[in-house]
Amino acid sequence: MSGLHVSDLRVVRGAREILRDIDLDLGPGEICALMGASGAGKSTVLRSVAALQAFDGGTIDVGGFTLHPGPVPRQSRLRELRSRVGMVFQAHSLFEHLTALENVTLAPVHALRWPREKAREVAMKLLEELGVAHRAAAYPRELSGGEAQRVAIARALAPDPVLLLMDEPTSALDPARRGALGDTLGELARGGGRGMLISTHDVEFARAACDRVVILSQGVLVEEGPAREVLANPKHPATRELLQHRDSPAA
Amino acid sequence: MNPIPTTHSPRLGRSRRLAVSSILFIAALLGVCVRASAQSAAKPPLRWGGDAEGGAPFVEADPADPSKVRGFDVEIAEMIARGLGREPRFIQVAWASIEQSVERGDFEVGMSGLEDRPELRARHSVSIPYYEFHEVVAVRPGDRNRYRRLSDLAGKRVATLGATMAYQMLLDEQGRSGLVPISYDDDVHPYSDLAAGRVDAVLLDNIIAERSLRRMGGGFVIQPEPAATGHYVAVFAKANAALRDSANQILRARMRDGSLERTFRRWGVWSPAQGEYFQRVLAAAAQSPEREAQTAAVPGAGERSLRTYLPALLRAAVITLILSCLAMALAVSVGIAVAAGRVYGPPVVRAALTVYVEVMRGTPVLLQLFVIYYGLSGVVRLPAFAAAVLGLGLNYAAYESEIYRAALQAIPRSQLEAGRTLGLSEWQILRLVRGPQALRLALAPMTNDFVALLKDSSLVSVITVVELTKQTAIYATNVGSWVVPGMLCSALYLAFSLPLSRFARRLEQKWSAA
Repeated sequence: MSGLHVSDLRVVRGAREILRDIDLDLGPGEICALMGASGAGKSTVLRSVAALQAFDGGTIDVGGFTLHPGPVPRQSRLRELRSRVGMVFQAHSLFEHLTALENVTLAPVHALRWPREKAREVAMKLLEELGVAHRAAAYPRELSGGEAQRVAIARALAPDPVLLLMDEPTSALDPARRGALGDTLGELARGGGRGMLISTHDVEFARAACDRVVILSQGVLVEEGPAREVLANPKHPATRELLQHRDSPAA
Repeated sequence: MNPIPTTHSPRLGRSRRLAVSSILFIAALLGVCVRASAQSAAKPPLRWGGDAEGGAPFVEADPADPSKVRGFDVEIAEMIARGLGREPRFIQVAWASIEQSVERGDFEVGMSGLEDRPELRARHSVSIPYYEFHEVVAVRPGDRNRYRRLSDLAGKRVATLGATMAYQMLLDEQGRSGLVPISYDDDVHPYSDLAAGRVDAVLLDNIIAERSLRRMGGGFVIQPEPAATGHYVAVFAKANAALRDSANQILRARMRDGSLERTFRRWGVWSPAQGEYFQRVLAAAAQSPEREAQTAAVPGAGERSLRTYLPALLRAAVITLILSCLAMALAVSVGIAVAAGRVYGPPVVRAALTVYVEVMRGTPVLLQLFVIYYGLSGVVRLPAFAAAVLGLGLNYAAYESEIYRAALQAIPRSQLEAGRTLGLSEWQILRLVRGPQALRLALAPMTNDFVALLKDSSLVSVITVVELTKQTAIYATNVGSWVVPGMLCSALYLAFSLPLSRFARRLEQKWSAA
């Protein structure tokens, strides 16, 4: 069993329901855009799946590893999940004191106990695929936004996860680079049989790079389907509103 | 009647420089006021300086009226004042500063069990000796037959007051027999440390030794054979030889008419030998008046003392450096543990560590040193150096922990979450991601703290560790000037702190470039 299965996901903060009854399935090699206005709950979905925060109802299953409601389990109990789920944060969050290459090899060497040589080989190959191999020795502060983004993706992919979560990957990129990123992600997903769940405001990116879209509005999943269909022919008012704002993407 | 107070009365407080300098300042102000008000009066009061911290029988605060002082030095000062037709006025001054204050003109006469020594005569006008005392060796009762005199104490720790004749004797004996001199800032703790086994003997004036024996009611015995003989004198400014000569006449008259004897009897320090001594003084004066007033300059005294003291100063500088490095190592290790506990620990641990940090930062390090060295001596008897490292280290650990805590919290949360999603354990995230970056942020404040620690290490002289500042003070007291010792001492401190700051700046530059 591979892929992501979220059923009846519910998150409550105080008296406020942040997510309600979210059902979401993602197959291997599938790229799914998670769209919605700011505060719709996109990040909460990603953070719940990544076991960075607790949720209050439902289950999350990644390749047979199931998360249940309640506090986030201890890191030592999440080893299986961690090896299956990678995440790329909105602010790329590279480790500032390490070079690009060291950022990528850190987890394989220390969490997965790979020999350094092997970690290095895998990392260089990933940096090459992402087109930033020439920046391997650079520190994060020396990288452009796009380069840092790609190094962060390489870092998340190094442990070879079956599922990659990305939070607003295009927010720091100019339009040309967004297209290039979409192409790269497509290759990485199909080549590795990896599912990708990508939260984004960027309609063009979703249309070009994603197989499927899921629309969230105020914590509820209001519409989902093949990207081209949903974005060409939106049914729910929230989706229509998203499309209207596409020329002036809100932060 | 026992005039000896049962209160704790340290004779010296040289380490409390701030207090000393403020007292000096106030004394100087007082002096100015007195001078101003005295201009109209026919006979101005005789301002005399002494240290009431020295306690009975020299000078102590009067238990009946603490604004007044009493003691045999007080009575002798009164005799001199009355003999001059003036009123005595007491000015409090730290014992070690009496000579310099009298030369500055803060007061006209300095008296407080001041020892007659050649350097004193070379630099100031000095009265005839008015009391003969003995340096005596005190040992634990069990050592009574083993350690009879200084030469029996090769390789042993022998305590005394710093900057005294006794301390100089111990230094000389160190060169001969390898005895280890331990210098104290007060005359109470040498004896309590003797009883406690921290030192093997104490060399001090018989008056002080007998007073301590009465106070402690045992714990040590005084060897009958005196190690040396010394004299108490009054000191005047070099230029004020005329006043000194008048005072000498008065002192001789009081020796003759028995009033000095009565005073010493009242304070329980009279002996027939003292009477014989008075006779010798009076006979010598009859033969050659003012013979004792000779003040032959010691040629090349400055150079010789520089050559003598420079090695001691360098040794003390090494002690300062080693002490600071060890204390800093302790402060960093404990500081990291405390910071980690406050960031990662459960609420109980966090609360306990917060209390630790606040107590350490909120109370004087001087107090902490006293508590660790003297306060805990019933539980664990730490050597002075270990207590110094522990005291400074634990104090600075509180400051370090705050630096590390702030630095740890400055690392963006998303980096920690990235580490988590990558499968690193919390410990690995701290060790590989959070720690190294926090350390870089902490480097500059840490260096500042180390330089501060280097300077604060001078405080440990209160628990008998002789480090750079203490050694400088000893040097300065002996040569009678702070100019050369002060410059040498500053140069040594700067030689440590400047390269350190530079080193830290370079490290920072390297890391910020990286």
